[in-house]
Order: sequence, then structure tokens, then C-alpha cells
Amino acid sequence: MSATTADHARTRASTRKNSLHKQRLWALWGSYAALSVFVIIFLVPPFYTLMTSLKSSAEISAQNGSPWVVNHPTLDNFWYLITYPNFQTYYINSVLVTIVTVAVSMVISVLAAFSLARMGFWGSQTLSTGVFLTYLVPPSLLFIPLFQIVGMLGLINNLWCLILLYPTLAVPFCTWIMIGYFSSIPKELDEAALIDGASYIQILTKIFIPVAMPGIIAATIFAFTVSWGAFLYPLAYLYTSNQMVLTVGIISDLIRGDVFQWGKIMAACLLASLPPIVIYAFLMDYYVAGLTAGATKG
Amino acid sequence: MAEVSCRKVVKEYDGGVQAVKGIDLDIADHEFVVLVGPSGCGKSTTLRMIAGLEEITGGEIWIGGDVVNDVPPRDRDIAMVFQNYALYPHMSVFDNMAFGLKLRKFPKDEIKRRVDEAARILDIGMLLDRKPRALSGGQRQRVAMGRAIVRNPKVFLFDEPLSNLDAKLRVQMRTEIKKVHQTVKTTTVYVTHDQVEAMTLADRVVVMNHGIIEQVGTPQELYHRPTSRFVAGFIGSPAMNFLPCRIDEAAGGGLSVRVNDAVKIAIPAARTSRYAPFKGKEMVFGIRPEHLTQRREEGRPGFEPVELLVDVLEPMGMETMAHFFVDGAPVCARLDPATEAAPEAMLALTADMNQMHLMEKDSGKVV
Repeated sequence: MSATTADHARTRASTRKNSLHKQRLWALWGSYAALSVFVIIFLVPPFYTLMTSLKSSAEISAQNGSPWVVNHPTLDNFWYLITYPNFQTYYINSVLVTIVTVAVSMVISVLAAFSLARMGFWGSQTLSTGVFLTYLVPPSLLFIPLFQIVGMLGLINNLWCLILLYPTLAVPFCTWIMIGYFSSIPKELDEAALIDGASYIQILTKIFIPVAMPGIIAATIFAFTVSWGAFLYPLAYLYTSNQMVLTVGIISDLIRGDVFQWGKIMAACLLASLPPIVIYAFLMDYYVAGLTAGATKG
Repeated sequence: MAEVSCRKVVKEYDGGVQAVKGIDLDIADHEFVVLVGPSGCGKSTTLRMIAGLEEITGGEIWIGGDVVNDVPPRDRDIAMVFQNYALYPHMSVFDNMAFGLKLRKFPKDEIKRRVDEAARILDIGMLLDRKPRALSGGQRQRVAMGRAIVRNPKVFLFDEPLSNLDAKLRVQMRTEIKKVHQTVKTTTVYVTHDQVEAMTLADRVVVMNHGIIEQVGTPQELYHRPTSRFVAGFIGSPAMNFLPCRIDEAAGGGLSVRVNDAVKIAIPAARTSRYAPFKGKEMVFGIRPEHLTQRREEGRPGFEPVELLVDVLEPMGMETMAHFFVDGAPVCARLDPATEAAPEAMLALTADMNQMHLMEKDSGKVV
């Protein structure tokens, strides 16, 4: 190759490289800009909540000063809630309902997903689509007919009605996630286990559950979120303090007529957000991996 | 250890598609049998029916003297090695190999003894604590074999175990599989689409096509005495040359294969009576590339001269493959690497007609 040709080739390569570099730079700037907007939109409300929770009622209602700045921080709101028996009851009720809901939902969805994804019985395909379709029915359509059922069972204003109803919200989606995850496990794995001498239950417990743990954790987090954050059903079916959960307890107890105890409400919101934040922080990696696998392989 | 038998075994899927059409096969104790054939020929389905992973639509499968049609896989006392290894990803190599024994409630020290013994045979002792993801393809396949060996089953089933490996590793693992069989002597059924694998490993090869068994025999039998055009073409690499021909009377009183006006090859006297009934009939002449070589050995009985126009030459190092076209049909010859043949020039060849095959045009049956 002559010197001139080599120079040309070098120039072409460098132009191409620069143009690629520029494109990448623009893409990065674009990503950062979009993500910054996203982060601001999502972090401003919790920040505002935190600021308000640290203010006294006098500072909140004061007309002067910025609402974003705390001049005299106080933990009184938190202390009030921690020592307030009703709030403790709501918290315990929420924890109880959530633990049982998550456990029941996961047992049902793992068993359902395994049989739908792997046992290949007649109609399994239609059933798995049906399971997902039930998830698409909004709870606001169901709560009136469900009121009849809950009433017939004598569970109105009883915490156990939530334990009965929440799995109907969590199981379809959890099953759907797990079907996707189980389907992505190579068929040869259960065949190898069958030949090794495993029963179907052993295949599920010794092979599928450990291998699909990210999917199971993703489904568990979903069930937890559904149960912890549900508002409509407890609002419709519970009316005494001793049966209420956090979501309705906070608003029914801390809003008296037209008096909003903003500092306490915000502090209660933060305290109620603690368990999801802790769980998400610990399991986020699994959660993302689980959702991705379910999405692409299902 | 056990013998395996298939009696009129049929596999029909929903919609009436028959993957296996009533095959009969007897596999002796300690025998290494390879099922070979093109994709969709029913070889894997047959293996999976023996394993109990596919239900049998018709016929019977016997393992060790018992009909196992309705016996679940775990009670058939078989072990299977899969193409994609099927190792349990969350378990260590030791646990993978011990899984079957643990499920069968073997004592811990017996499990350890068996795993160590299998690891020694397969030379994977130093990998026992690793997870499958930390192993190479060849190591994974060894672990999969180890999982089969520790169970000491009646039958080993291999479903294309080397297909995921690269060419070099495949040759190496082929030798290892043969060595393992020589050591443990368990009856083995091995499925592959690679005829070289079949020929090198098998005591007997079962050639399948379209759900039926075309031929069962030792590798030598299949190579030298194929019974159908399919087997003749499937076994051997490069494949046998097939040329439409007519059996004519030769000038000297014998018979000859007439491919066209230019290519007429005398049939050896020893075969004249065998081919006499087909005189004047349209047949298919088959000859392997290794029996069509550069001209030499003039005058030896059965070695006949042929001249063809070279289309392409493929030097392979130890040999050179020459490709020709005769009336539109491709023909391949195996030449000496030092050949002076050149493309688009006539080349004098010798056809070893003692190794020729003659097939019926319609049925493909070798006569």
C-alpha cells in the first residue's frame, strides 16, 4: 500500500471513529437529561414528605418561609406515631396481612406456574392466558360484587377478608411471571431429574425453585407491594381501628373532619414506606433479573 | 446391565404424524448401539421412548427382560446424557453427580465412593466443588457422563452428546466415551446425526430414515454392504457417487455399466451372474470416492479405466478431492495429494469395480 493510500485510510478511519464518538456522546447526554427529569419527578414528592414530617404544625401552617426548607427540625411527629397505639395496630395488621398474603400467593402461584409451564396437560395454554386475563380486571370493578361475597362469609370489618382478597390480585400476575421464568428453564433439566429418580414435587423443590429464585423473588416483591399498598379493599371493607391497615388507618385517623395533621400524615407515610424501601434495596438486583427473564422468555 | 428390545414400536403425534413407524430392534447386553440418521428420522424419539420421556403409541419396549411401556423413567434404571448437558446449574459438580443417588437414599459414604470413582474414570476429580457455569463444554459433558456412571444403571442413553462441542473436542470426547464404555461395559444406546461418530463408536449401527430402520449392522457391514441407496449414501464421507446407468452386454461377453456414450465401465466377471437379471434395465451405479482414484494398477481384475473432465479440485493435505459432472450428476474422486490433475482438464481415473454397488432405480434397493 502506498503512503497516500495509507493516509487516506487513516483519515477515513479517524473520521468514522470521531463520528461514532460524537453519536455516543449525544446519546449519553440525552440519557442523562431524560433520567434527570425522571429522577426529579420521582424524588421531589418523597423529599417534600420528609421535609414536612420534620416540621412542627406551627411551622407547616406558617405563611412565611420556603415549604422546602425546615427551619426548626423536630422528630415529634415520628415519636407521636411510634407511641400511638392505633398506629402500632395498623402497622401490625399490615405486616400480618402482607406476610400471609405473600405466603399464600407464592405457594399458589409457584404450584400453578409449574403445572401450567411444565406438566403440559390439555388446556394448559388456554388456562395460562386466562390466568393473565383475570389480572386485567380492575379491582374497582370487583369490589362491589366482592362486598356481597365478603358479607356472606361474615368477614366485613375483619382483617381476614383482606387475606382472602389480596391473593386474587397477586396470584395472577405472580403466576404469569413464574410461568415465564419456569418456561425459560431447559426442558432437559426436568427430564434429567425425572431419569435421576425425582418426582414432580422433588423436581419443583430441588430444581425449579432454586434455579428460578430470581423470578420467585420478583413475584414475592410484587405480591408484597400489592398487599402493602392496597387501598380500595381495606377502605371498602374495614371500618374500626382495631382491624385497619396502614393505608386506610393513616387517613382515617390523622384527618379529622377538615383538620389535616400534615406533619403526622407525612411521618406516617415515611414510616409506612420503610419496609418496601428496605426490601427493594436488598432484593433489587434479583427483582430486575426476574422481571427481565419473565418478559423475554414468557 | 441389560438387553433392550423394541417390538413394533410406533410413535404417533397429535394430528396423525408418525415419527416412528413400527421398528424392531434388539440390543444385546454390553452392546454399544448407535442410532444414526438425518434430522426428523425418528432416532431421538426412539431413544426418548426407551428412556420413558415419550409415551409409546404402539408396540413394546423391553429393558432387562421386562416390558417398560408404562414404567416411569425413574423406575427403568437407565441414565441419560443430553446434548446440552442438562446439569443442575445451582449444584456443584459433586452434587450434580450425587443427585440421583441421594434421591434413592444411598448412604453418604457410598455416594462419595461412587462419585469419586466416576470422577477418577472421567478425570474430573479436581472439578467436584465447581458449579457448572465454571466449566468448559468438554468438562460439562464429562460431568453429565459422570452423573450417568455413578448410578451404575442397566442402560446408558446418549442423545447427541457431542453436538455442542467444537470439532477438536468432539474427537477427544468420542475417544473418552469409547474408553468409558470399555471400562464400565454398560449397554449403550447412542443417538447422533454424525455418521463418523456412529462408525467410530458403535458395535452396531442402526440407520434410520423417515421413522423406519433402513439397516442394522456393524460399521464395516454398512460401509461395504449397504442394502439401500439411502444407507449407501449416508455412510461414508464424502458420500458415495450415484450415476443413473444401464446394464449392457460388454464386447467380450461380460456385462458393463453404461452411464453414457463416453462412460462405459466393465463389470468384474465375479459379479456377472449377480447382475445378469438386470441386463438392459435402467439402474443406479454407485461407487465411493475412495474407489475412484487416479489411474494406476493397470490390468488388475476389476480395476477399470475412466476418463472424466475435472470441475474442481479440493486439496485437503493428506488427499485431494476431485469433483466432476457426468450428465449433470456430481461425481467425486479421492486422489493422491501429489496429483498433477488440473481443473477443466481430462483426468485418467481407475474405478475399483470390485467395490461397486448397483441399485434399483425406483426402490433404491441394492441388488
